[in-house]
Amino acid sequence: MALVLTEEQTMLRDMAKQFFTEQVPVTNLRQLRDDKDQDGYDKQVWQQIVELGFSGILIPEEQGGTGFGPIGLGIVMQEAGRTLAASPLYSTAILSAGLILAAGSEQQKAALLPQIAGGELLMAVAIEEGPHHNPKQIAMTAEKDGDAYVLSGDKRFVIDGHIADKLIVVARTSGAAGDDKGLSMFVLDADTDGVEITRTHMVDSRNAANVRFDNVKLSADQALGGIDAALPELESVLDLGRACLAAEMLGGIEAVFDSTIEYLKERKQFGVIIGTFQALKHRAAEMFCEVEICQSVVLDALSALDERRNDVPRAASLAKARLGDSARLITNEGVQMFGGIGMTDAVDVGLYLKRARVQAQMLGDTNYHRARYADLGGY
Amino acid sequence: MTSLDTFRSETRAWLEENCPESMRTPMPEREMPWGGRNASYPNPDTKVWMDRMAARGWTAPEWPAEYGGGGLSKEENKILQQELAAIKARPALTSFGLWMLGPALLEFASEEQKKKYLGEIIRGEIRWCQGYSEPGAGSDLAGLQTKAEDMGDHYLVNGQKVWTSYADNCDWIFCLVRTDTTVKHDGISFLLIDMDTDGVEARPIKLISGASPFCETFLTDVKVPKENLVGELNKGWTIAKRLLEHERSMISGMGMGAGAASMGGMEVVAKESFGTDGEKIAEPSIRNAIADHKMDQQAFGLTLKRASEEAKAGQGLGATASMFKLYGTELNKRRFELLLDVMGTQALGWEGDEAFDKRELAVTRSWLRSKGNSIEGGTSEVQLNVIAKRVLGLPDA
Repeated sequence: MALVLTEEQTMLRDMAKQFFTEQVPVTNLRQLRDDKDQDGYDKQVWQQIVELGFSGILIPEEQGGTGFGPIGLGIVMQEAGRTLAASPLYSTAILSAGLILAAGSEQQKAALLPQIAGGELLMAVAIEEGPHHNPKQIAMTAEKDGDAYVLSGDKRFVIDGHIADKLIVVARTSGAAGDDKGLSMFVLDADTDGVEITRTHMVDSRNAANVRFDNVKLSADQALGGIDAALPELESVLDLGRACLAAEMLGGIEAVFDSTIEYLKERKQFGVIIGTFQALKHRAAEMFCEVEICQSVVLDALSALDERRNDVPRAASLAKARLGDSARLITNEGVQMFGGIGMTDAVDVGLYLKRARVQAQMLGDTNYHRARYADLGGY
Repeated sequence: MTSLDTFRSETRAWLEENCPESMRTPMPEREMPWGGRNASYPNPDTKVWMDRMAARGWTAPEWPAEYGGGGLSKEENKILQQELAAIKARPALTSFGLWMLGPALLEFASEEQKKKYLGEIIRGEIRWCQGYSEPGAGSDLAGLQTKAEDMGDHYLVNGQKVWTSYADNCDWIFCLVRTDTTVKHDGISFLLIDMDTDGVEARPIKLISGASPFCETFLTDVKVPKENLVGELNKGWTIAKRLLEHERSMISGMGMGAGAASMGGMEVVAKESFGTDGEKIAEPSIRNAIADHKMDQQAFGLTLKRASEEAKAGQGLGATASMFKLYGTELNKRRFELLLDVMGTQALGWEGDEAFDKRELAVTRSWLRSKGNSIEGGTSEVQLNVIAKRVLGLPDA
């Protein structure tokens, strides 16, 4: 059964739901924002996340993880998305752990994965170079210099870049922007000479950074996976990231949808509950269908990853594209149906609107994934 | 080997022996196996196939064997459907009796009624049509006025039904009739009427597609035996709603496949129509629109699959019939609109065989026919009302 949760997965969901609802409500993000918190995440919350085993979901038990796999990861992200919980889960436990598992040497796995599962090591992945996601277009170079490599160039929108202890950088060791071949990955400490990390303040009050690499010297053993051959493994982990982002977005739209429906049942105008108006009822019912559709595509993408199906790229693009569209619709409808109060900072719907826009850009927006879906379909 | 494995191998062997070769080819519309008293069989294999399947109860695989059904479990039926699909077998019987009336009879009819009517449906002996809508009762179905008066030993029925599918070819009609004029929903009863009875007349309605699959059916002083009442007097609305769910599930299935499938898929048609740029359709806006549509279609298919898996796991999704009816029919309409964009003037032929081929002409007609999908069986607006009320719990005005 691919589209229904198992008993074990349902238990994980209930546990995650209870944790995020009780321990990391939306007020947690508001607090970080209003305090202008230097780190942009709550270290105590992160410690609890680690204790619950969420940081090691992807990591096998022998390396300190729980091995719950992609569906487990998606379930946790969905619940985190419901309360806009800010944590390094995405950058560290999903993308970085995923890349190390997919491409790392036994030595790298043994050194890094237990630390990730244990919450001692935070990592970030530097991919983007322009305002739109497009890994094939990576142009930043890592030039071979004897046995070493020299990194030069700029990376943007590095999620959790400024809190990371280590970075994974994708750069070109040969070829030109647009080529499938020639991309390589490297792991380096964030405080390596020549690395300059600048936090960017985004509309969703979450963490991102720009990273400048100025003649950063790397040894050959810092390569993660084969030289010139990073793209297939990178794409497979990006698909995991896309499915998990879609799950997080799903949690967000579910929260907006639920609170909007509640509001339609409370708010009175013209002497009646506004939920009696057909103009709003129909739009609410359409949103319901969208949420149902979104639940299906997210579960399918996570199942595809879990079962290592060969249509993972298509399923991941479908989920990311569909959630991008639906999140836009539902967060906008949410603001509109809350009316004037929806425009205020006091109500959460605006926070979800802002977060949805950032999530939509992460690892490719609807336009990117629609085109990829068509490419994969051979048309 | 488990018993299901045994069932599969026996089923496969039986189908191999009993499904005629011509029943494993694509089915032209005129060979659809509707059954009934006046059925004609341009391909005699159609009747052979229907009779063989009916004899095993496999035209209604999950109905109880005591009424002539197959008595199969869900798992067995799934295997049967897989084996049928594997040999590309045509349906042995297409029938509103199977899809709509039968399930309602199983739930609401008396033992005598089940014995009589279910067997006839399973064997394809009686072709049924539905007498629900009236000229003054469309979306407001419960406003229906066709009256059934209690005359002691029979009901006397007077009124007019509309959108009765294929009524001019049908044998019996299941009707909603008013048996109490002082109340609305609680004054409706569910009555079965033999269309050979004096006073029943069906006239085809010509549609924008040029076809006439629907009729208006006039009922004038029609005498109906009292034993033809299904369920309790004035409790017909409950049956009507349940039957509508069956109808909505049936119509929502139209959102999948068909249309461009006969031409190898929308993207293939688009490549021919606009040319290619490498592998890509040369016109980017059409390429995007096709990708969007295919994503919607895949997402809808996954949702249907999820609902069926959840039903099996005992977690009902609730009011799914309305959601699927709404989404499936709107999707189907969008598909034809897009297909027209893709085909350009080649999808705008009406008749003749010089400028347009058969498949192109069929697209034109199907595009027009698809407009009815979001009207029949409850309009999209009615489905939205149902979801708002029953799922979201939004209050009535």
